[in-house]
Amino acid sequence: MLLEVENLSISFPTESGIARAVEGVSFRLLEGETMGIVGESGSGKSMTAMAIMGILPRAATVTGSIRFRGRELVGLSDEELREVRGRDIAIVFQDALTALNPVMTVGEQLMEAVRVHRPGITSAQLRARAVELLDLVGIPDPERRIDRYPHEFSGGMRQRVMIGVSIANEPDLLIADEPTTALDVTVQAQVLDVLREVQQRTGTTVMLITHDLGVIAGVADRVIVMYAGGIVEAADVDPLFYETAHPYTAGLLASLPRMDRRSGDEPLYQIPGQPPLSTAWPAGCRFFPRCAHAVAGRCDTVVPPPVTVGADHTANCVRVGEWPKGVPT
Amino acid sequence: MSGVGQAVSGELIGEQQSSTGSAVQIMRRFLRHRLAMPSLVVLVLLLVVCFGAAVIAPYPRGLQDLLLGPTGPSPEHWLGTDEIGRDYLSEILYAGQVSLAIGLAVAVLSTLVGTALGAIAGYVGGWIGELLMRITDLFLIVPAIALIAIIVQGLGPSPVTIVLALAALGWTYIARVVRGQVLSLRERDFIDAARGIGASSVRIIASHLLPNLVGIVVVAMSLSVASAIIVESTLSFLGFGVQPPDTSWGAMLSQAAGYVGTDRVYLLYFPGLFILVTVLCVNFIGDGLRDALDPQGKQL
Repeated sequence: MLLEVENLSISFPTESGIARAVEGVSFRLLEGETMGIVGESGSGKSMTAMAIMGILPRAATVTGSIRFRGRELVGLSDEELREVRGRDIAIVFQDALTALNPVMTVGEQLMEAVRVHRPGITSAQLRARAVELLDLVGIPDPERRIDRYPHEFSGGMRQRVMIGVSIANEPDLLIADEPTTALDVTVQAQVLDVLREVQQRTGTTVMLITHDLGVIAGVADRVIVMYAGGIVEAADVDPLFYETAHPYTAGLLASLPRMDRRSGDEPLYQIPGQPPLSTAWPAGCRFFPRCAHAVAGRCDTVVPPPVTVGADHTANCVRVGEWPKGVPT
Repeated sequence: MSGVGQAVSGELIGEQQSSTGSAVQIMRRFLRHRLAMPSLVVLVLLLVVCFGAAVIAPYPRGLQDLLLGPTGPSPEHWLGTDEIGRDYLSEILYAGQVSLAIGLAVAVLSTLVGTALGAIAGYVGGWIGELLMRITDLFLIVPAIALIAIIVQGLGPSPVTIVLALAALGWTYIARVVRGQVLSLRERDFIDAARGIGASSVRIIASHLLPNLVGIVVVAMSLSVASAIIVESTLSFLGFGVQPPDTSWGAMLSQAAGYVGTDRVYLLYFPGLFILVTVLCVNFIGDGLRDALDPQGKQL
């Protein structure tokens, strides 16, 4: 067991009350697997990632437990967490243009990532390692590119540099927070390939956060679907797509454009309504106000606990198995 | 075929030029700056003639020629002589030592202190940041000239106490500017990314925040040189600054203040002109440095 998250909750004080960004999230990550976390903006997926890294804004309150290789991370001091960050757990941010320092060359940033955890290393070794990392993430002519600034790279190349920075110390867990969202589709595929190659070479466990189910289908072993700060469904990748057990997941899948349907005939499905605000979650199931299968008295009273629907497959819905499958209406 | 080959190699050279070591690049951009380069030359020249005055000045310091009295510019005395017949050019060069030294020392001191405290206030925040900012607010509401005059009076008006008094107020401006910039930089993704690789706060401030502040700090520092020279002149003009036999450009201005409307008004113009040229040069150099230090070659 690499990572165990149990009953994780994250909240922020805001002017309009306490924002409960994440509530009661639990999941486990096995060594070497790739887990996808899907959800729309504000569903708490990035917050979960930042909580694991311990880089949430100071105002955040975190409760619950995050155990990495059995070691509790919640409540560790910043100093203790610094040892973990970058060396054991590393993160790739969404937009490499803003996540790379504009006034440092990519080489300096790669070298810094190594130096932080290996203070005694010589500068020749550092440079060699930085070149090696650039080469590893598929940047041609790394010897020369190493002295360039981030703005001299294309978007895809920058994201490769970001990945290079994150794997500088061969972390056991690599969190990729929407690594392909800012890129166009062909470059997305290349960057995902780089991630996959890195994973094969180093055996890193990957936690891939995205709102793109297509990316999940191609890369992940296991998937967690998040909605309004909580998990609604967790499954291996195939069961999630073929034995969908939660109406929200079904809605997401139905709203994907499909090659085998004529687009002209019918508009894409959309889930009606808007996700709730994190300062005012609805009582009961957070999805019920938008759910076509909600039943008054059952869905709006208690937060549904996870229900096992198959091997390693849970859905947080009280009407699991009852609601009619198929294309939602 | 040769045409194609040339184009390719030309392109490569162009690429290499833009990527050669950043220090060389910064130098090149600075040298190309239309105002900064001449300004640097003029400022260096000023420094050389002022601090080399013992060798360069046409007459020894304080040499009086009471029989000659005040005369306008002439081949013997380029900038004329003052009322007791001292060569005005020599006097200005010696006075420049004090003015320039005070200006540069105050700028360096207040920039160091202001940048460090501003960065801490911005990045660490909390009660430390609040305390620091309330102190800068305090200096904001106290009339600066009066306060400096009192400090200088209390400690005795020597160039060193003037530097300390000016720096004691000067750092607050820079601290406020730096803190504002740090507050916005702190929210940038690359700071989170730096935390994500396990960098300590000290490292984040030193290697991620400060390099991003260089432009703004350099500009603030150049302004601070200029304002220190001007405030010192004001102090000396008011009689709180350097005392005879020491002299500064401001003190010379003060002595010549009575000549407005007489034929000896040149005694007022020349020290004023030296102050103006110095301040302009320092500001242009600041502009040039800011442009040169920005790796994207854009204005900040």
